Amino acid sequence: MPSATPILEADRLVKVFGDSTALEGLSFTVAEGETLGLLGVNGAGKTTAMNLLLGLTTPTSGTVRIFGMDLWKHRIKILRQVNFSSAYTSLPSNLLVWQNLAVFARLYRVPHPKQRIDELLEVLDITQLRNSVTGRLSAGESTRVNLAKALLNKPRLLLLDEPTASLDPDIADRVRKLLRRLQTETGLSVLYTSHNMRDIEEVCDRMIFLHGGKVLAEGTPDEVKTRFNQASLEDFFIGVARGEIEAIGIQ
Amino acid sequence: MPFSFHTVSALVLRYLFLYTRHPVRFVELIFWPLVDLLVWGFLTIYLQKQAAGGFPTTITFLIGGMILWDVLFRSQQGVAISFLEDVWTRNLLNVFVAPVRTVEYVAATCMVGILRVGVTLVVLSVVAAAAYGFNLAHLGLALLPFLANLLLFGWFLGMVSTALILRWGQAAESLAWAVPFFIQPLAAVFYPVSVLPGWLQPIANSLPCTPIFEGMRTVLSGRPIPWGIIQNAFLLNLVWGALAAWFFAANLRHVRKTGLLVKVATQ
Repeated sequence: MPSATPILEADRLVKVFGDSTALEGLSFTVAEGETLGLLGVNGAGKTTAMNLLLGLTTPTSGTVRIFGMDLWKHRIKILRQVNFSSAYTSLPSNLLVWQNLAVFARLYRVPHPKQRIDELLEVLDITQLRNSVTGRLSAGESTRVNLAKALLNKPRLLLLDEPTASLDPDIADRVRKLLRRLQTETGLSVLYTSHNMRDIEEVCDRMIFLHGGKVLAEGTPDEVKTRFNQASLEDFFIGVARGEIEAIGIQ
Repeated sequence: MPFSFHTVSALVLRYLFLYTRHPVRFVELIFWPLVDLLVWGFLTIYLQKQAAGGFPTTITFLIGGMILWDVLFRSQQGVAISFLEDVWTRNLLNVFVAPVRTVEYVAATCMVGILRVGVTLVVLSVVAAAAYGFNLAHLGLALLPFLANLLLFGWFLGMVSTALILRWGQAAESLAWAVPFFIQPLAAVFYPVSVLPGWLQPIANSLPCTPIFEGMRTVLSGRPIPWGIIQNAFLLNLVWGALAAWFFAANLRHVRKTGLLVKVATQ
């Protein structure tokens, strides 16, 4: 059960790229132990929000506080306790899996790195990939290796950008179950973006639906479905994408 | 803690893994410099034979110039290619969201530059001595400040190349190789500054590598080590270092503001 203490606080984030406004005053929090889903159709501002939260892009205005500290003032201190995995990044393909993990373990100053790597490979059921070349892994294996990298430093906050994209339903289901288990066992806070509504329903305690750079809906998946009178999140998503659902009931 | 050697060592470890896993990388480090050395070496022998004693033995300037130029080039490549490796493997975002300061990232690429220079320099020195009787040690005490200045200037050119690639993305990747050659005609690598047109000479003299190549010719001619020239090179490097750092930081700020950093990293 998530506590009320916010681990992450995004406050009135605005991001303008030239003539286009990607985010219009986005505010939300992630509580300790909570998994928050960030959804939206393409161009809604999810990726921009994620990049602002990771410090990859600077906001036009607004602040990001993580663990109570300003992201830009305490970036290194914060990043030591945060990690990230995305379907759109990969680890150097020409290194072995253990070599990649060893490098990131050193970057994150993981104590007893060899032990931690072995532990994660076992948890993620990829011990057999230890000496494999990273670039020769299947999509499912690669996702799990990326997750191993993201869990190396026992992060307090994990940002996952479409972790199940390009996975078959079986592997996606395994990844979701694994995340749920890790979240329960470690009290990890997670910010999760996905286009897969099943991910959101199964993994997230709460969700935010972005549309045009603003929050269109916020609540538990069930609350959002009820408020917009939709049978499923997928129907809700399609309704927004096709302009059939107006921005009502924003909270 | 403003700077962490631990973080730098982690990033360097990655390149060591890369080079030790793929011996072909060493071939890339050695092959082109060796080809250059052979061409310049045989050209030197040919010119010496043609001159039949008329040419001064200082024609070995060509081999010396080629080897020292390679020091600068490999140092620049260490920075620029290390950055590109992260772009090509789509690993750049992983590094930029890790607890790595920009200065640590740049320092790691500079360390890779030193390693690349070290490997190339040893091989070229041995081959030049064995095949052409050219001994780099003839530069004596001056060798160390010569190498240090070229290494530094290579890093700064690498930072400028990296900043340009960050700013212009994939289309600018060829700059990783091209930037050093923009300055080569003015750097007095194979000929003295005095042969350049008068209006180009001040530009040539503003490059920290120019006094080094001039100094190399002075020492190889048997004259005393030109410490004044070396000091001048260090001062120019200070200015270039400050400009390169400013240029890199300004471009990094720009790409963070415009979102180009993510685009370059995920292209």
